[in-house]
Amino acid sequence: MATLTETAARRDSAEPPDRRPHRRTAARGIPLLPAVLVLGAFLAGPVLYSIYLAFTNRALRGEGASETSFVGLDNFRTAFDTSEFWNAVGLTLVFTVVSGIIGQNVLGMALALLLRRSATWVGVLTGTIVVGAWIVPEVVAGYLWYTFLSDGGSLNGILGFLHLPNQDWLIASPIIAVSFANIWRGTAFAMLTYSAALSQVSPELDESAQIDGAGPVRRFWSITLPLLRRSIMTCLMLTTLQTLSVFGLIYVMTGGGPGIQSQTLPLYMYEQAFSYGQLGYGTAVALMLLLVGGLAALAYLRVLPKEDKE
Amino acid sequence: MSTESATLTGVGAATAKAGRRGGHAKRNLTVKAGSSVILLIIAVVFCIPLLWVILASINPNASLSVEWPGSPSTDNYRAVLNTDTTYRPIWNSVILCGGGTILTMICSALAAYPLSRYQSRAKRPFLLTIIFATGLPITAIMVPVYAMFVRVNLIDSMIGAIFFLAASSLPYAIFLMKNFMDGVPKELEESAWTEGAGTLRALWSIVLPLMRPGTAVVMMLTFAKMWGDFFVPFMLLLSPDKLPASVSLFTFSSQYGQVAYGQLAAFSILYSLPVVLLYLVLGRRLRDGFVAAGGLKG
Repeated sequence: MATLTETAARRDSAEPPDRRPHRRTAARGIPLLPAVLVLGAFLAGPVLYSIYLAFTNRALRGEGASETSFVGLDNFRTAFDTSEFWNAVGLTLVFTVVSGIIGQNVLGMALALLLRRSATWVGVLTGTIVVGAWIVPEVVAGYLWYTFLSDGGSLNGILGFLHLPNQDWLIASPIIAVSFANIWRGTAFAMLTYSAALSQVSPELDESAQIDGAGPVRRFWSITLPLLRRSIMTCLMLTTLQTLSVFGLIYVMTGGGPGIQSQTLPLYMYEQAFSYGQLGYGTAVALMLLLVGGLAALAYLRVLPKEDKE
Repeated sequence: MSTESATLTGVGAATAKAGRRGGHAKRNLTVKAGSSVILLIIAVVFCIPLLWVILASINPNASLSVEWPGSPSTDNYRAVLNTDTTYRPIWNSVILCGGGTILTMICSALAAYPLSRYQSRAKRPFLLTIIFATGLPITAIMVPVYAMFVRVNLIDSMIGAIFFLAASSLPYAIFLMKNFMDGVPKELEESAWTEGAGTLRALWSIVLPLMRPGTAVVMMLTFAKMWGDFFVPFMLLLSPDKLPASVSLFTFSSQYGQVAYGQLAAFSILYSLPVVLLYLVLGRRLRDGFVAAGGLKG
């Protein structure tokens, strides 16, 4: 009896978080089941299905509609030989770098830094407006920017007032137009992330550097940036991933046009699958997009602090 | 003597420091004013697209440009407030996003419990998979999802769309819920366990009430994301009478032939209102969500 209690006590001290007997370990996993089932059927399922579908000629009509057959790497070969595909890759790169990586992060960081130094009411007002742009639904944001940049829109009104040249921005530089809309929409995320990170940096470090005579630029580069390195990496990864999958905003503003001048990969994928009915080919493009996203997500996993993964 | 000189030097240094600090105070004031001005300019720039929708919605002759309505009226609102244009799409959105949010909250709360409370060899790989899945671009799988839904006859089904919306928001919801749950001390449930309460009981009556602010943040983020989502219902729902507000707003212009910008703006406002209100109610707690969302621990 005494030995039993002793063993039990020893086991307790060996694994303090685990008070319950071992045979219940499997039962403890039961609450995970609903989530695992939903994720398995509706998320892992489509991902696996896309790996199969990308190697077939499945189509909505014509050849491949009645009978589906394996075509090996044909879909990928077609993609690599098509200039429209490379056009979409290039535009996706421009869109992601201009709006996601540079635009949202630089503006978000600038806002986070300015918010700390400005008058309180200005900070609250600006923060609310920027977050307001983020909270507005995607299609509404698309229409707002469509009207803002159109021929008879507000931007041209302002430019006309300043006696500057007018043009239809959605036709003249569509990819830049949608990039600006995406910066407007996504900056709040970077701003909130960087504000939260900055609030955890001790102000004493900055003050002592200031007393030592370091200027604001120097202090930002040598103190703030290194301390925020990890937050910056995670925020960069997340904005990249979000920007990679933007569809509605571009679809509403330009539909990928004029021609294919703002057709990023998601829009190219959609057009191939539904306008041309090539589900197999569209899926092959989707799979490549998924792979790029998967790589970015892996990079994100690597920079995430260890305690979050445990 | 030596003490005195030390004191003197000390005082001297203090005075010098005070003088410099005075300079700092002045400089800080300039910095504050400068920052405020720059922020105000950014705020105005951010505001212009938003201004259009507000002014156009009360302007019976709205155009593409921001302009002060000559004779403001509620005509646009009255024109869109009918079953076909507003009530049914909004109601569909409520069913779709409400259903999806409830499903997400139930699954994520249940899943977070063992992840937060127990140690297991399978836990780390599972969590890593969840975090990895939060990053996957959902847009990319919409074509295979469409093809799969056609196969299993779930196309144009509200239930199918609800389940897919829930699946796509589950990884992030589980991750956030687990982080919030880690903040609730375990000792509180241990007494409940000794009294014979099961997992569900402990979760429902002890853990969840203690993490209510966290749950509210997860719920708001999930709901707002689904409410604004366009691509998922656009792909998975076909019948006009099942379309949520996001898709019906997109088809708005073609419905009327000539785009009625004023009505488009009025409907945009009605459709955005629920998430904006939700944000106003829960906005301050959003910040906690960002601190907890990981990667922010410096």
